[in-house]
Amino acid sequence: MEYIIEMLHITKEFPGIVANDDITLQLKKGEIHALLGENGAGKSTLMSVLFGLYQPDKGVIKKDGREVKINNPNDANALGIGMVHQHFKLVHNFTVLQNIILGVETTKRGFLKMDAAREKVLELSNRYGLMVDPDALIENITVGMQQRVEILKMLYRDNEILIFDEPTAVLTPQEIEELMKIMKNLRDEGKSILFITHKLNEIKAVADRCTVLRKGKYIGTVSVADTSKEELTEMMVGRKVSFAVEKGECCPKEAKLEVKNLVVASKHGTKKAVNNVSFTVRKGEIVCIAGIDGNGQSELVYALTGLAPIESGQILLDGKDITRASVRSRNVAGMSHIPEDRHKHGLVLDYSLAENLVLKRYFTPQFQKKGFIRFDEVYRYADKLIGEFDIRSGQGAKTITRSMSGGNQQKAIIAREIDLDPEILIAVQPTRGLDVGAIEYIHKQLVAQRDAGKAVLLISLELDEVMNVSDRILVMYEGEIVGELDPAETTVQELGLYMAGSKRNEVAV
Amino acid sequence: MNRIRNIMVSDGFNRAFSSIFSILVGLLFGFIILLISNPGQAVDGFVIILKGGFSTGAKGMGQVLYFATPLILTGLSVGFAFKTGLFNIGAAGQFIMGAFTAVYIGVKWTFLPAPWHWIVALIGAAVIGGLWALIPGLLKAYLNVHEVISTIMMNYIGMYTANYLVKLTVFDSKKNLSMNTAESAVLPKGGLDYIFFNQLGSTKDMSTVNCGIWIAIAVAIVMYIILNKTVFGYELKACGFNAHASKYAGINAKRNIVLSMVIAGMLAGLGGALLYLSGANGRHIKVVDVLAAEGFNGIPVALLGLSNPIGIIFSAIFISYITQGGNYLQRLDYMPEVIDIIIASIIYFSAFSLVFRTLLPRLFKFLRERRAEKTGAQTAAEAAGVEPESRDVNNEGGGR
Repeated sequence: MEYIIEMLHITKEFPGIVANDDITLQLKKGEIHALLGENGAGKSTLMSVLFGLYQPDKGVIKKDGREVKINNPNDANALGIGMVHQHFKLVHNFTVLQNIILGVETTKRGFLKMDAAREKVLELSNRYGLMVDPDALIENITVGMQQRVEILKMLYRDNEILIFDEPTAVLTPQEIEELMKIMKNLRDEGKSILFITHKLNEIKAVADRCTVLRKGKYIGTVSVADTSKEELTEMMVGRKVSFAVEKGECCPKEAKLEVKNLVVASKHGTKKAVNNVSFTVRKGEIVCIAGIDGNGQSELVYALTGLAPIESGQILLDGKDITRASVRSRNVAGMSHIPEDRHKHGLVLDYSLAENLVLKRYFTPQFQKKGFIRFDEVYRYADKLIGEFDIRSGQGAKTITRSMSGGNQQKAIIAREIDLDPEILIAVQPTRGLDVGAIEYIHKQLVAQRDAGKAVLLISLELDEVMNVSDRILVMYEGEIVGELDPAETTVQELGLYMAGSKRNEVAV
Repeated sequence: MNRIRNIMVSDGFNRAFSSIFSILVGLLFGFIILLISNPGQAVDGFVIILKGGFSTGAKGMGQVLYFATPLILTGLSVGFAFKTGLFNIGAAGQFIMGAFTAVYIGVKWTFLPAPWHWIVALIGAAVIGGLWALIPGLLKAYLNVHEVISTIMMNYIGMYTANYLVKLTVFDSKKNLSMNTAESAVLPKGGLDYIFFNQLGSTKDMSTVNCGIWIAIAVAIVMYIILNKTVFGYELKACGFNAHASKYAGINAKRNIVLSMVIAGMLAGLGGALLYLSGANGRHIKVVDVLAAEGFNGIPVALLGLSNPIGIIFSAIFISYITQGGNYLQRLDYMPEVIDIIIASIIYFSAFSLVFRTLLPRLFKFLRERRAEKTGAQTAAEAAGVEPESRDVNNEGGGR
């Protein structure tokens, strides 16, 4: 069997780290090839090399057996390599058709010729079962539809090699199933697919072969049918990992956080981002808010933590009204917040690791004296946390956080927030971008907080996390809580229906 | 050897070097302008620029420091605001308002005894400068009016207000300048009169430099401590680097914006006072409709000093030095405008230090790799397949 793309012995170094160390990836024509690895394993770097964003320090890329040089994404495109990025690259106020032809417009004397393009798009979407309305505006269609547009973009450019970068992260279970079908369809039509993911179920569902990376090194390429999930995990992590989160029965006590009829205005449009939401988080339980990204979870958290104003409603902490309290006073009252966007909220990237670890405590007497920061104390404290939470960085506490890997940045935030010994921990996607080992660790930490009698509010998009960690699930859809579920009794399918808005029940507050 | 290499790739070295490199490029560009406008005297002219303040001996150097004093303060003003994420383009307005206040107190408040007179004048200038920046600060914090626009407008309001008030209160219509301040309001020499003078027979030709330069340096050091050692500085920089994260951490960003602008304004206002409280030989306020150059030159000073208070001391002295050198060019056959162009282009290129900061590491890396390849080829010829070690040393730049 001939290979359509070969990346042979690719090595790529960055300051202080070898992102790709002698990695070989061979993609057969007409297969779905999964690229599996933890975050920071070097998947993105390898794909960036293939896409011409980075030049490898060593190694060659071959297309159809001929050596090629890919200096930029245009070269990659010319070789028939297309990519669906994790975050779509679409113009929101353009139509589907306009987005598809963007950059490769057919013109006549400078005037657009849309009819030919439309025909081609319709033909393609029929052939591959990618139904979209070419005249719909991107901002009006669902995320799943937007992804189809991205796929059509690649097909429109006659790409032979399709890279999917963690395509399922933004989809509902039902949409994921659809995508799997589409991918198989594409393969059967002769396209070659590279599928980047760290979700084993999906690999088992569609991939033919799988290449595993760990810490920048090539571990092996296996046939998916002959390899079990456990074996794949072990290849990826380097040790055995238990998927189940070990936890005992929860024994919720009195209410810690109470939210009553909370309404938050939306930034765009007149619809409310959070619409009349009420719920309670009690001591000693993990309440999880599930939902597809963009259904008001972020706004809800901003409202709870005081980062954004609310329209109406009430927030009580320990029975005290904190609806109008400042961020600082909420923090001091025992509210910890692991934010969704670690670069925007979680860290001052240009500060050192030590300075970030005291971001919520620098003003306490432990770290300041008469207005001067006690840097010796700061560094001692930072070293303590770095040891406890195994935060890895190039130069220890003095490392500028910008230069740290995403996983370690996240660990720094988690270390800071958990070490505050909060009364209530609001964790928004705390495991996003982390490897399996770190996820395991964080889940344990969340359960430990619960067992210590603290309240935990978890906001997650990962269904496995929702099902395994939480004691109670609230599903959010279009700004409202549409269901309360017991993880022991519900199924992923049922959860998916609630998340997609096609099912709802009355919520007992 | 390795230590030298470590210094070479260190961030601090890279920053300082990029500033120096951009100065060199600016000088080269200035030389080209000299060549174009008057090829015959270009080399002589270039030497004069390089000699800068030294052209006229010790007094010249004194003048360099005298004119560097306000630049340090306006540079600090711009740099301090910049560290907190604000662009204070309004140093010119704050500067001239401070200058007027100082001169007014210096001329009118003669009831104050000697040391207190100039001290009160300095404080008054700082307060008015701070007030001048308070308005853009409040507008930014509470109404989200961009500070670039509001400070630029405050510049013009400040300039015309100062002109009007000078004419109204402390104008010397014979000289068309502001009046001389009382002797008690003139800054003391602070020991500098023993160094910066030229002996002319039995008389000393004194430089106008005074203890203002000491005050400027002291203020720079205080600013350095505030930014790097205090809780206040920690908060201010956090706001500057990432306003979202500082809000998340519970820092009162609005209060910090206002405070930062006020401090920046106080610095610029103080700069105005230090320049104009220098006695009969020193500067006087000219009533012309031109924004104070010291205010705008604070921007390249801050850029060249990379907003570091200590760096700003040196960059201000450099810009003053080169400006003085430019003034002496008039001895040759150069139009004054050409001199301004040259100085402007040097300053302009100085501001390129940020560009060089990203370009230089790449250049170094390229050179290192070239060398590594060469040695690699040699070693490969000698003993096949052994990778030269120099390659592993901290490859700078790259995929960030």
